[in-house]
Amino acid sequence: MTAGLTGNPPERTVKDMQSRRDQVMAAVIILPSVILLGIFVYGFIAQTVRVSMTDWGQEAAMVINPKITYVGMANYRELFTGFLNMRFRQDLTNMFFFTLLFVGFSLLVGLLLAVLIEQLVWGETFFRTVFLYPMSLSFVVTGTIWRWLLQPRGGINALPTLVGLPAGKFLWLTSREQTLTFDWSHIFHYLCLGVLIVSAAAAFSSWTGGDRRKLRARLAICAVLIGILASGILTRIKLLPFAEAHGFNKALWGVVIAAVWQMSGYTMALYLAGLRTIPDELREAARVDGASKFQVYRYVDFPLLGPITVSAVVILGHIALKIFDLIFAMAGPDHYPTSVPAITMFLKTFRGNELAVGSAIGVILLILVSLLIIPYLVTSFRAEER
Amino acid sequence: MKTSRWLKLIGLCGVVVLLFATVTSAAPQGELEIFSWWAGDEGPALEALIAMYEEKYPDVTVINATVTGGAGVNAKAVLKTRMLGGDPPDTFQVHAGQELIGTWVVANRMEDLTWLYEEEGWMEVFPADLLDLLSTDEGIWSVPVNIHRSNVLYYIPDNLARWGVEVPKTWDEFLEIAPKLEAQGIIPLSLGENWTAIHLWECVALSVLGPEKYGQLWDGALSWKSPEVIEVWELFGKILEYTNPDAPSLSWQQATDMVVNGQAAFNIMGDWASGYMTTTLKLEPVTGYGWAPAPGTEGVFIMLSDSFGLPVGCRNRENAIAWLRMLGSLEGQDTFNPLKGSIAPRIDSDLSKYNAYLQSAANDWRTNKIVGSLAHGVVANERFMNDFATVMDIFLASKNAEAAANAAEAVAIQSGIGR
Amino acid sequence: MTKPRGATRVLVQVLAVLLAIAYLIPVYMTLVTSLKDPKEINLMTAWQLPSQVNWESYSTAFRQFAPYLKNSFTLAICATALSAIMGSLNGYVLSKYPLPGRNIIMPLIVFGMFIPYQSVLVPLFQFMQRTKLYGGLPGLILVHVVYGLPITTLLFRSFYEEIPTELIGAASIDGADFFGIFRYVILPLSGPPFLVVCIWQFTQIWNEFLFAVTLTRPNAQPITVALANLAGGQAVSWNLPMAGSVLAAMPTVLIYILLGRYFVRGLLAGALKG
Repeated sequence: MTAGLTGNPPERTVKDMQSRRDQVMAAVIILPSVILLGIFVYGFIAQTVRVSMTDWGQEAAMVINPKITYVGMANYRELFTGFLNMRFRQDLTNMFFFTLLFVGFSLLVGLLLAVLIEQLVWGETFFRTVFLYPMSLSFVVTGTIWRWLLQPRGGINALPTLVGLPAGKFLWLTSREQTLTFDWSHIFHYLCLGVLIVSAAAAFSSWTGGDRRKLRARLAICAVLIGILASGILTRIKLLPFAEAHGFNKALWGVVIAAVWQMSGYTMALYLAGLRTIPDELREAARVDGASKFQVYRYVDFPLLGPITVSAVVILGHIALKIFDLIFAMAGPDHYPTSVPAITMFLKTFRGNELAVGSAIGVILLILVSLLIIPYLVTSFRAEER
Repeated sequence: MKTSRWLKLIGLCGVVVLLFATVTSAAPQGELEIFSWWAGDEGPALEALIAMYEEKYPDVTVINATVTGGAGVNAKAVLKTRMLGGDPPDTFQVHAGQELIGTWVVANRMEDLTWLYEEEGWMEVFPADLLDLLSTDEGIWSVPVNIHRSNVLYYIPDNLARWGVEVPKTWDEFLEIAPKLEAQGIIPLSLGENWTAIHLWECVALSVLGPEKYGQLWDGALSWKSPEVIEVWELFGKILEYTNPDAPSLSWQQATDMVVNGQAAFNIMGDWASGYMTTTLKLEPVTGYGWAPAPGTEGVFIMLSDSFGLPVGCRNRENAIAWLRMLGSLEGQDTFNPLKGSIAPRIDSDLSKYNAYLQSAANDWRTNKIVGSLAHGVVANERFMNDFATVMDIFLASKNAEAAANAAEAVAIQSGIGR
Repeated sequence: MTKPRGATRVLVQVLAVLLAIAYLIPVYMTLVTSLKDPKEINLMTAWQLPSQVNWESYSTAFRQFAPYLKNSFTLAICATALSAIMGSLNGYVLSKYPLPGRNIIMPLIVFGMFIPYQSVLVPLFQFMQRTKLYGGLPGLILVHVVYGLPITTLLFRSFYEEIPTELIGAASIDGADFFGIFRYVILPLSGPPFLVVCIWQFTQIWNEFLFAVTLTRPNAQPITVALANLAGGQAVSWNLPMAGSVLAAMPTVLIYILLGRYFVRGLLAGALKG
């Protein structure tokens, strides 16, 4: 089974042969797990949602029996539009760029490594081992090591000096430079743009797939989105009374490099497994038709790797959204340019004594991860039922 | 680890369910768990105290629970998870002032120690100003072990002579000589991670505002949006231009190292840097390294004090009380402080045990005007501290003095500063 | 797949070697730094080999980390064993018994392994406090077992689905009951799945940080927390964190090198754990 949630189609159960007692036994066996997960996952999520809608009072959060008042969505509103929660909004921006770069590069590097290993004449096992070993490390170990490697006045930057070149000057983790800045008030504008890009891609895929009906529907969505964007309605929304610039922090490059170093072996393994399942006859056929080596990859191998790529995107994506330990160990919890919501959640809860705000950040993270995971789970398990 | 222990572990794994039930979280008796953020170079002073304690109470096993990380940032998070988890350490390090009062005392998490103070006669031996920082109307809440000064400027005298600069007495003087240093490829002022920027900020704030107005920031008499405070941010921004760009990746020791190595001319740090340079780097005070009050703060002593308290519901209360008793004793204080590089809070401490730097600091402590440190939790509660770190970052990113002042004002209101 | 010939062949090989060097650079740096004397560690000379090998970093690091390594072993072994056993039983039930709501239960269980743990942290915390499980290893083991259940259940279920139903039918006719089938049909075929699941869980639990840092008191902390604390800021002597990193990484890297095949299988099959 490769890279999917489910392996084989469901087997036919042996209902007739199972006694009533065994059925009950089976239910009894699974019950503890169901109850535990019911409490620890769904019960706790519900409780977090409840806490996130309360206020624990200014300094009283540490009190044994704190006075808790219900405040509705105030904590969420504060996070997205409150003057003081600028950090959280930059966290979201950082998380977005980190996810994009981390997933993108992991896929790219993983694919490159997989193709490379496929082409190797000798040492395949050795190279596979070398590219994959970072996967077995803890993010804390990776963070500690890369923190040292990315010290601005040493490590990678000092590498050129070994061959007599001047040392690099890149401030890997500590740069405060920001590019691609945008005003937070325009966030809906950019979100809309994002949705447009996704729907355009979907439309393109249904065009190549020849699905006329879907194509028409998707093109219609694109047209509506373009209309909204062009009208400029979204840029007129005032979330904040002042312009607040957020953007891509260059310091994130350091984190991206370490994370890709750790996880690209994983995508390599996925792609390798995928490449191996493609029958050689298919490639032979293409070659007989006069396709070059590159064309074989382009038209035979890569399209067949599609489903694997989807799995990889989902898995890497949800790791990226949750990233905490790597940044904690690499840049420290108090380093704003590389901070993400998971870090701020930790600080708000356990240092700022704001348990309710911390919970709200937890819920926001959950929603973001769910947007990625739930469609994936639904389609996987639907496919299984069929 | 011995093989037998591995075998045992593997064996245990077989009866894993049993083990799950039998491993208990209750600590054995006769322990004392001390929670602090002193490790590495600051470790030996604490270890000396622990050795002293173990000698006095040989039956007690001391657990030295240290969580390192700049000025206790990480430690505070860990401590909080434990207190919230209903599992307080027997005693923990806490800065005297709002960090103690604003977080733990208001939450009724500490035991009143007035009886201990009376029993030991400490009311007379600790300065009244310091006792104020440890007390509320309801009681006295911790035992101070040391006094540190935060507004100290460090340099290497020989280097300054070589570069042809004098120690600046004001920030104007500093801004005058800084370009000269830069022209020689020297970083005028070395800086470390985020909290050291706040540390620098409080020294700049004191120099611009003076001790009175600096104090008014904390009781609400001076607005964070007032022109004077904006001026602080502006000057702070100018000073930052002369600091090293890789600051966030450096610990305070690495920032100090830059001065010692001759990469930077000055560093502003609390006087634990004296301890670091004397004990770890083996430099002689006065000849090996020099110090002065941070520019524009002559005659004022920004103080902070580490103290230990008694959390409600700790496991080994008696052992913890014995520890506190020892901390407050003359012997305890004069053992700890010369090693830590701090001065003893007790007014009867024996100055002959301290080095040249500490004697001068003790002298200043007795004669200077005293104000509390912001970066080290004396004057503001932790919620303010946590959000002020964000304000600092807003400023470091934007260099916009007005925006920073506005943000600080909002933080002050939200966290109830000056109420 | 056909292998390239001639110049491409050399080119591919050279490229692979270069990339391998790049991937191994952090190891070189870690080992070199950990073997230096603290006085010799300097950002400028970080790449040079130590002038004198200083094994002391390792003995110091080991002395300092031994209790935490022990915690990590206890934690990872107990939690792995428990979650594997429970996962195996769950997988057996969910693959072979047509319980009502089976199709809904599975996605609901699997969702549990994707959630960001920040979204359960505060209640988890309060729960641990109320049940007096906060701070010690048993509590942390419980947490890892529970949040490990989705992945172990999923993995075992997919393995067991490959066991032909006829086998179970035959055993059933021979009079084997629920446990009989498990004991005589399922378990004998469960060697590789157990290995895959245990390796996977062990690695995950060994490497975990968030629960470890928020739910333990210092004497129960696993190695990841101890390492993060040591490297957390004040450490000037980088040899210690580096030696500590090597110690912390050793068990999982060894497993990976010795049992790599199964590790990769877990990686692919369980594609999903973050």
